[in-house]
Amino acid sequence: MLEATQTATIDHKALKADSRKKRVKQFIRALFSRKIVLVSAVGILFFILVALLAPVIAPYDPNEAFFADSLAQPSAKYLLGTDMHGRDVLSRIIYGSRVSLVVGLFAVLIACVIGTFLGLVSGYAGGLVDDVITRISEAIRAIPQVVLAMALTAVFGGGIVNLSIILGISNVVAYVRMMRGQVLTIKESDYVMAAKLQGNSSLRLMLTHILPNSVSPIIVLMTQQVGATILAEAGLSFLGLGISAPTASWGSIVNEGRTYLLQNPVYALVPGICVAVLVIFLNTFGDGVRDALDPRLRGDI
Amino acid sequence: MGSYVLKRLGQMLLILLIVSVFSFLLISFIPGDPVYAILGAEVAPEEYARVHAELGLDKPVIVRYFDWLFNALRGNFGQSIQFHMSTVELLADRMSVTMYLAFISFFVSIPFGILFGVVAAVKRGKAIDTVVTLLANVCACLPQFWLGILVLYVFSLTLGLLPSFGFVWPWEDFWMSFKQSLMPIFCLSLNGVSSIARQTRSSMLEVIRQDYIRTGRSKGLKETSLIVIHALKNALIPVLTLLGMRLGVLMGGSMFVESVFSIPGMGSLLVRSISSRDIPVVQACVLVTAAITCLANLLTDILYAVIDPRIRYDK
Repeated sequence: MLEATQTATIDHKALKADSRKKRVKQFIRALFSRKIVLVSAVGILFFILVALLAPVIAPYDPNEAFFADSLAQPSAKYLLGTDMHGRDVLSRIIYGSRVSLVVGLFAVLIACVIGTFLGLVSGYAGGLVDDVITRISEAIRAIPQVVLAMALTAVFGGGIVNLSIILGISNVVAYVRMMRGQVLTIKESDYVMAAKLQGNSSLRLMLTHILPNSVSPIIVLMTQQVGATILAEAGLSFLGLGISAPTASWGSIVNEGRTYLLQNPVYALVPGICVAVLVIFLNTFGDGVRDALDPRLRGDI
Repeated sequence: MGSYVLKRLGQMLLILLIVSVFSFLLISFIPGDPVYAILGAEVAPEEYARVHAELGLDKPVIVRYFDWLFNALRGNFGQSIQFHMSTVELLADRMSVTMYLAFISFFVSIPFGILFGVVAAVKRGKAIDTVVTLLANVCACLPQFWLGILVLYVFSLTLGLLPSFGFVWPWEDFWMSFKQSLMPIFCLSLNGVSSIARQTRSSMLEVIRQDYIRTGRSKGLKETSLIVIHALKNALIPVLTLLGMRLGVLMGGSMFVESVFSIPGMGSLLVRSISSRDIPVVQACVLVTAAITCLANLLTDILYAVIDPRIRYDK
């Protein structure tokens, strides 16, 4: 008897894992069935590889100054010329990809963890807790995102770590709102009610039912925010409030280069193109993920 | 309707109160002694004492907050530390410049955005739809500061057609003002045009599928009047929400264009104040931009309720 139930549970688990595998496969097939999504995935991969292999690819050390060659034109020796200190612009742009990707990724992760948690609590607890969290997030939403991030850098200063945290905080509200709405919808569903009647605790309900059912909107939000965060980082660094010298960041290279537009326009313009291209890839990929996760658009229903 | 407006007004005041706590606390968040952080470690004792007293650091936090709030409500945000003048006067000057550019860009981007959106929706799947959609998606990803530098390089440094920096009011020198504001307004508007076009396109596509459009078509209405009068009117309701947000974005995102074209607006003031840790000005900027954003949202909601009766009666 005992054995029979055990095999039954094992079978059940295997079945579940099997169907999950099938769903993931289906998702990946739907995602890459559109060529443009495949292209943007390859593009993102390219930027990630450049960031990872920066020491191998970059022709020079990004901070090594060749004073004799300062503000050199693009040539075979310096493919994109040099900056005012005689540092190789191409090498600095290659290293700059690290800053963009790291800040973009970490800020979104921080926002996701904090925001999802607060949204879950807000939606599930209701009452006073919900009111407080909702009002505070409305207040944060009222401050334009760049202004909020700028005010926080005024207090905490820039740098990769601070910038990730600051941009993370200024993105939190989107997750809180989304997650709260998600919880309020799922909470009313029959299967959560059934689980509740079985005597499951609130914490268990949140972790085993509500959170897994909210995974796809979370993923969609995250993929769509990475691009916006990278834009914000570049903007802050351009204003001189983000990544501090001598670390190379695309935004700060544009800022340094704009004084020398006449001598070497490539110096200021190329890093901006890098930001734009990476963000276009990320947003296209994000839209692809959204469409592939939405069964109505995928054509399953 | 009246009670709806009152309720929304109350919510807005509550939000602004929370924002005021946040912007007040900015100064307390600074690690270490804020006076040293603002003025640097090499500060004369008299200067230290002056700023210390100005910031009211000798009193407890709660007392300081209410002092600050009541002063702020009376329009007194204290003295700017870098400019040695009243923050409010400084801000009023700078804000009018930013608002002027924001409003022009706002009213420029609406007709273009709607036009492109409608054309793309009506010609769905045709070449023009692809071009508009693609351009709108690409333009949304361009960093505004980079776009500014690009047009600056092309139109003033290479072609020499437009002045590369500065700002004068149109009543001081109309022709100069026009030339100076062309590039900033282009940069400020491009993002708005693309987001309005995308929203218009998708809500037009939604509306075009509705039964009443088919009815209109089958009773022989002219296609143009069908699109413009019947479809567009309903399709514009979701666009309205976007417009409310645009005003906040324009006011809060002006720093890039102002920095590229050296325009003495609120954005460039905020950047300078942050670099020099002029906290009273930063506090005032945060509070003012939040107030403008809230006000724009409130106006949008009221307009929304006027246009769409379902919202008015629901609540």
